[in-house]
Amino acid sequence: MTGIVKLFRRDVRGTTADTPRRTFIRRALSGYFAKRYPLQDAYADWQAARTTAAAIKFDAVNRLDTHLETFARQAEARGTKVFFASTGAQARDYVLALCREQGVRSIVKAKTMTGEEIHLNEALEKEGYGVVESDLGEYIVQLRKEHPYHFVFPCMHLKRGEIRATFEKALGDVGSDEPENLTMVARRVLRQEFLKADLGISGANFLVAETGQISITENEGNARLTCALPRIHVALVGIEKVVPRFEDLALFLPMLGTAGAGQALTGYNTLYAGPRQPGETDGPEEFHVILLDNHRTRLLADPEQRDALHCIRCGACLNVCPIFKNIGGHAYGTTYQGPIGSVITPHLRGLQDWKHLSGASSLCGACTETCPVKIDLHHHLLQNRRNAVREKGVWWERLLFQGFGLYASHAALWRFGSRLAVPGLKLHSRFSGAWFDPVRLWTKTRTLPRPPERTFRQLWAERQKQKSPRA
Amino acid sequence: MSYPPSDKAAVLTRIREALRLPARVPHQDSHAPSFPALPGKEEIGRWLPAVGAGYEERVALFARQAAALKADFVRLPALDAVPSHLAALAQAEGWPADGIASHPGEHSASLVEKAGFRPFLALPGYDRAKLESCAASVTACEALIAQTGSVLVTTRESGGRALTILPPHHIVVATRDQLVPDLPAAFARLRQAYGGTFPSMISFITGPSRTGDIERILVLGAHGPKKLTILFVG
Ligand code: SF4
Repeated sequence: MTGIVKLFRRDVRGTTADTPRRTFIRRALSGYFAKRYPLQDAYADWQAARTTAAAIKFDAVNRLDTHLETFARQAEARGTKVFFASTGAQARDYVLALCREQGVRSIVKAKTMTGEEIHLNEALEKEGYGVVESDLGEYIVQLRKEHPYHFVFPCMHLKRGEIRATFEKALGDVGSDEPENLTMVARRVLRQEFLKADLGISGANFLVAETGQISITENEGNARLTCALPRIHVALVGIEKVVPRFEDLALFLPMLGTAGAGQALTGYNTLYAGPRQPGETDGPEEFHVILLDNHRTRLLADPEQRDALHCIRCGACLNVCPIFKNIGGHAYGTTYQGPIGSVITPHLRGLQDWKHLSGASSLCGACTETCPVKIDLHHHLLQNRRNAVREKGVWWERLLFQGFGLYASHAALWRFGSRLAVPGLKLHSRFSGAWFDPVRLWTKTRTLPRPPERTFRQLWAERQKQKSPRA
Repeated sequence: MSYPPSDKAAVLTRIREALRLPARVPHQDSHAPSFPALPGKEEIGRWLPAVGAGYEERVALFARQAAALKADFVRLPALDAVPSHLAALAQAEGWPADGIASHPGEHSASLVEKAGFRPFLALPGYDRAKLESCAASVTACEALIAQTGSVLVTTRESGGRALTILPPHHIVVATRDQLVPDLPAAFARLRQAYGGTFPSMISFITGPSRTGDIERILVLGAHGPKKLTILFVG
């Protein structure tokens, strides 16, 4: 067992035992469901919208090379500097070089999960640059030195009292723990950060190939400020975020809002094409877009799971996932939590180290059903399990299944074995879950069904006897 | 140290390598015989929530959406009615005489002047601290979208990037011909107005700035305007 699995097991034991927190998470999500489903029902045809969105993304991802070249050409024509990064290190180095070249002193950041993925903040801080997260949820988890709990709702696990305590530790007396008051405290502090920052870092939700625009979806307006006030704007974006055409966003923006947060449209959906253009009032002097691979091409190379790159990071699959709701976002130990995280992390960070996430699923398929771009998530979890075994099987599992194959393909063996199984199971039921139970790992948290009285063959034989009364 | 070189060639090569095998079409068991065609642009709007056909229906829908978003929607008979409404707002909210930001234009600064104020103009090189201290901004817009209750602003039509996000109260002036039924119509309008050379920022504003980050409870004015007022002439 690797250290990652051990950590996962330990964390899961803790979080699943924390019933109050689980109840709190469920309650927090109930508002989302209440808003999302009526909105979805108001679509002329939500299922057709999903199919259309999936087909657009299919084109985007399967012609990614062409689309990225077009994007880069169009963006550069508007004065955007486009940088391709194969690895996280290259992307970090680029941002660091930029900071040095431009004499950056103060950095404000809008939410970017890609930044989280490549540990951008840590890299900047190590070089002595202060970075302030401006999304309220991100700001809170940054102050707590935590990672986001959910990639759309970063601090949904925290109660107001905990947030007030966090603020008090960092900012001094902040008054009441009402969400309104706490939000205004953060607004005041962060407004000053916006005014003094000379570099703004953001992510992006979409890259429009045809026009070279990036599109950012948010509710708070912090990304709007990040892209308006600092002298330089850097957007860090995964290469898969492409849509082919400008008009495609007329479908993706409302679907992202609906599936992501139960909103007809998210508060601000903003497209940026280049830095401040001639004749415009304000905006950054420089605009850089970093297109990040960081192993996305590994996922692209898997024809079976390529559609996982269709993901628009709405977070809906987390919200519906029974595993997420019970183990919580931190237990995953990944940048992307929930079903989509369990599918893609093995590709991004190594199958053998992360295959356990594919096992942590009930395969109920709720994620697949809710996904606005129809990613076949639960089947991908199964494929990851299969691939992991193919690549590196466990000897005793293989032996076990070989034995089972032998047993199941020989009638006499089967008859003999199943006869033995009836008393065997009865015996086992007496010590099921005890410390010397050989299958204790399984039985300590589960109750086996009551052992049967007879085998199927015995039942069948009896039935036949009753049907044909003795002559 | 200077900038590291872009790894464009390597990334594109890896992508082409990866794409050599055709994708399995999701939810089907075989490799795709060919790509599912990219849906036509007319497909895009077909599945979205329906919008009434008539003008009045659209106004009513926009008003309902705005109310649900906690934005103020005010319908005025003519542009002449805007200044007095602005003056009333200024009095009700106690805006200082020099606390209204705007940008030059018939649907923006002129109206503020007619209301009896000297607007702070967001012109190239404006004083950012001054804009930050303003109580309100009055701007024109590109369009209103009935389907979602959204206001469409651009750097071109609405005085740049900061004017519509920095002050705590954003007042938008829109006219009858600016009300479009749905999102595809809004995109078509932008396309028509700008061809391929879009303003450097295009923003769909749907309600005042908001957050639900603390216990998923709605709070307005997280970073941007706490209030959004739409003065609709038409
Ligand atoms: S996999 Fe689908 S549901 Fe999950 S975050 Fe991505 S787009 Fe949303």
